[in-house]
Amino acid sequence: MKFLDDFRDPALAEQCTKAILHLGTGHWKIMEVCGGQTHAIIKNGIDRILADRVTLLHGPGCPVCVTPAELIDQAVTLASREDVIFCSFGDMLRVRGGGRDLLSVKAAGGDVRTLYSPLDCLHIARDNPQQEVVFFAIGFETTAPVSACVVRQACQHGLRNFSILNAHVLIPPAIETILSAPQNQVQALLAPGHVCSVTGCAEYERLSIEYGIPIVITGFEPVDILQGIHMAVSQLEQGQARMENQYRRVVQYQGNKAAQALVRQVFRVVDRNWRGLGVIPGSGLALREEYEEYDAGKRFGLAESGAEASTSCIANMVLQGRRKPPDCPAFADTCTPERPLGASMVSSEGACAAYFRYCRNYKHANVTE
Amino acid sequence: MCLAVPGRIIDLNEDTPFTRTGQVEFGGVVRLVNLTAVPEAKVGDYVLVHAGLAISLVCPEEAMRTIEYLSRLENTAENEEDWL
Repeated sequence: MKFLDDFRDPALAEQCTKAILHLGTGHWKIMEVCGGQTHAIIKNGIDRILADRVTLLHGPGCPVCVTPAELIDQAVTLASREDVIFCSFGDMLRVRGGGRDLLSVKAAGGDVRTLYSPLDCLHIARDNPQQEVVFFAIGFETTAPVSACVVRQACQHGLRNFSILNAHVLIPPAIETILSAPQNQVQALLAPGHVCSVTGCAEYERLSIEYGIPIVITGFEPVDILQGIHMAVSQLEQGQARMENQYRRVVQYQGNKAAQALVRQVFRVVDRNWRGLGVIPGSGLALREEYEEYDAGKRFGLAESGAEASTSCIANMVLQGRRKPPDCPAFADTCTPERPLGASMVSSEGACAAYFRYCRNYKHANVTE
Repeated sequence: MCLAVPGRIIDLNEDTPFTRTGQVEFGGVVRLVNLTAVPEAKVGDYVLVHAGLAISLVCPEEAMRTIEYLSRLENTAENEEDWL
């Protein structure tokens, strides 16, 4: 496919890899923020081929992994109601909070539907006026515009039987949490290209200046990631620290203003609890007052369960780049994609699931201290 | 989750400003896509689509520039200026 095949070209990838290996002599720790990038790195063996020069730390950019257990319990409560059609992205169905997952609610007869696009909810709500249709709105800045779009359209079409269970989060505050931690090891960041296509680059420029590290806005194909690493290593070797944009075919400095306006119209910034990271100030989106009737939490008077995730898994450390999945005693043992303990084993973009799928036997090599 | 796929707009439906949609082709597969967030997009343009909504235009010239730059990339640290 156009714009994909060229950036998966093995010859170009090899050329880029050689160029990285010839850049200086240092060994650098670089974090890729987005789970999609983690998946591409592990699938294509980029971490292993560069292991002598670069340790890739996997960041918190998997929305399924960071959605708090209490919100998953709320989703299960809603999906179990007879008057509710519960709609979700597929990845959320096998994540547990304090109790059951959504898939077991579906198995027990609950009307749980997996959607490609939240916009499909509008048709479902229109076709089922006697039912309440709830969408589990998870995601980062990439997904916030489509959630905003669906809420605004529901409002415009006067759909009263639709609401969202909202778990939207923002990337930069989570990055700041990781970079400002005393045990931080990250020396450069590959920033998430699709998030930046919406938000633009300014915030990442600020982070680069404030924390004095190279930040390279990077795409998702293997050649994109290799070029992003090349740019980051090049800066590190030269003692530079600035924001650069590798993903120029998609990301403009100012981002997508129409999408930003859509998000601003419907959402406001609030503090948010991240699974594995805790409450991060200014890291979430909540519906503005004029759209509050579309907030499932308010509509159904949902209580917070206070549930916590399994304590035997180290997903919280993995999400901060402080440990790698094979460091966990439960990895590929008591924790597998079939029976996951932590959310990062559930989502196809979770670091644990990527290691399980592509390098399960890579147990004790290349791990962080 | 942030997976987004590039596709080419082959038809536009401009019914209302709130529901601007279009048929977008992804390597032979055609899907209806919401184009509200790319008001400047025209038939023939490439857009990046995430969960049914186009979130950005894709610039073919920049893609070509990147490929050309990488094809010339040598095994040295000397050629960063070309990219800047």
